[in-house]
Amino acid sequence: MEFLADPVLAGFIAASVRLSIPILLAALGGMFAEKSGVLNIGLEGMMLIGCFTGFITVHWSGNLWLGAGVAVLIGAIAGLGLAFYAVTLRSNQVVVGIAFNLLMLGVSAYFFRLAFGSGTASPRITPFAPIDFGPLGEIPILGPLLFQHDPLTYLSLALVVGGWLVMQRSTIGLSIKAVGEHPEAAETLGLDPIAIRYAAVAVSGALAGLGGAFLSISATGVFLDNMTAGRGYIALAILILGRRHPFGVLVAALLFGAAEALQLRAQLLPSGVPLQFLIMLPYVLTIVVLAVSSTRSGAPAALGQPYEKGGG
Amino acid sequence: MSESASEAAVGLARRWLLPRSVLSGILCVLAAFAIGALLIAAIGRDPVLAYLSLFEASLGSTNGLAETAIRTVPLAFCGIGIALAFRAGVFNVGAEGQLFIGGVAAAWMGLQLGGQPQWLVLPAMGLAAAVAGAGWSAIAGVLKLRFRADELITTIMLNYIAIYFVGYLLHGPLQDPGSPLARTARLATEARLPMLLEGTRLHAGLLLVVVVAIVAQVFLWRSVAGFRLRAVGHNARAAENTGMNVKAALWTGFLICGALSGLAGFSEVAGVQRRMIENLSPGFGYTAIIVALLGQTNPLGVLAAAVLFAALQIGSTTMESAAGVPSALTTVIQALVVLLLIGQNALPRLFRRRAVAGS
Repeated sequence: MEFLADPVLAGFIAASVRLSIPILLAALGGMFAEKSGVLNIGLEGMMLIGCFTGFITVHWSGNLWLGAGVAVLIGAIAGLGLAFYAVTLRSNQVVVGIAFNLLMLGVSAYFFRLAFGSGTASPRITPFAPIDFGPLGEIPILGPLLFQHDPLTYLSLALVVGGWLVMQRSTIGLSIKAVGEHPEAAETLGLDPIAIRYAAVAVSGALAGLGGAFLSISATGVFLDNMTAGRGYIALAILILGRRHPFGVLVAALLFGAAEALQLRAQLLPSGVPLQFLIMLPYVLTIVVLAVSSTRSGAPAALGQPYEKGGG
Repeated sequence: MSESASEAAVGLARRWLLPRSVLSGILCVLAAFAIGALLIAAIGRDPVLAYLSLFEASLGSTNGLAETAIRTVPLAFCGIGIALAFRAGVFNVGAEGQLFIGGVAAAWMGLQLGGQPQWLVLPAMGLAAAVAGAGWSAIAGVLKLRFRADELITTIMLNYIAIYFVGYLLHGPLQDPGSPLARTARLATEARLPMLLEGTRLHAGLLLVVVVAIVAQVFLWRSVAGFRLRAVGHNARAAENTGMNVKAALWTGFLICGALSGLAGFSEVAGVQRRMIENLSPGFGYTAIIVALLGQTNPLGVLAAAVLFAALQIGSTTMESAAGVPSALTTVIQALVVLLLIGQNALPRLFRRRAVAGS
């Protein structure tokens, strides 16, 4: 049982959790948008703008929670912008999302360079520190899994539970799902599909923004151009792997987080197994899940379809 | 001039000189540059100086033009492939992975045939790249047509898998025996694309992509298969009811996109890098999606859009050093062009709805 206390293994587990939080939050956000019938390809851009605005707020104010709050706010505003295209203009949601991500990439890099110049010394902030749980953090496996993290991590896990309560145990969740399954029917029940979709995409932006901010103000303390590096797209895969359920999303995010952590710790592998094939696993698994659930089960019936009031 | 005469003149110009799609594209480009100018002015820099230095660097000298042309090649290859897939209703986001697979296949073939005559080696490399790229895209095709798995997600996943797979090859079986770096050995002279201009890096991939654009344009608008592609993309159910083979059209979309993206990998390997490397593409396959949209999914339009995006990317660093404007501004402009275009396309629909609602 020596390996249970192995510091390399403990580091791997802690890193898996840490790396899963940004994609977890983005996927949780994506869940709200998709359940309401809007495919949010813009998660990547919303993460990136949250990552940037969170960082710059902390840099100027020194207040970590203010940075998290600003990232949430800006993410939500970005969500409203995307919703204008996807819901009001009824544009193709894939196309808009991809263009949106490019815009956020440009905007964040532009203003970062303006704020800090193009010097080589990148500005740093002091990120969230792990909460000290004393001896609990020393427990093999469970310690690094549960008791070595910062407040933002625990907030994220609470948001998963919150997301589950809202989605499965509240009328809000019922309304969102109704709009995603059959907007016409939802409207006859007195719901406003347009408003609900706007709200759901804004919430998805807020969560993605917080997920992005986690990278800069919790995981590293720096901001880099294109820091999210495709995590918003991975969040889309997590949604499928997690069957658009908050707890499923949590498990799937941990899997992708572990794959990312593994890249930095190849020495954990038994010799002879190429690292790249193990890292590929979650991606392959996502494809398999997508292929096996061939009738797109779990996907809202009206996902990706714009809604026009009064029929169209 | 009377109003009706000017209207007639505008109508004439529209019909014969500038089709509506070209006009709206140019309009969106101008508007995006105008917004970009505001962003420049807002930070106290000179927009005119910035734009002049940008285009001076990318279009104002032989070398600048050559660099812009080099950058155009992969963007246009992938963009045309994506555009044709879009036409068939296939959202192939997998050009990036197909480019990597094509690049590694081209390098492998080039290393296998090293020393053979160039007329044999280069076509073999190009063919290997196109087949490998199409094969990679076919995975997404099978997943969609056989298992009904959405190609949007599967192609994104396949991009990651392709890049990790290439990483494995470059760290393993295909690694240059004489180097610790993750890359193949250097290609022999016979396995490199000929240079077009003395003193620049411009390679023959440019000629290839221009030919491909023309052929693709004719294919799309003048061939039966091209007509089927457009019909299926426009309304698959209607096309099926008229007896068209919808599956064949979708397959065409998947395979052409894969083959052309594979050729992008080939031209980068044989024309620019002269070996396969891990960072073959800084996201050409993703940028090309935007390029395809700006080109209104018309192959020749995509080529023009690729030139614009290449020029923006090549000139951006000079703009930063000469005018003090962060180079990322060009990324903002690229995104704005497309967002404006999408918005503009949606406007008539929006107003029609307003009119109905108001009546």
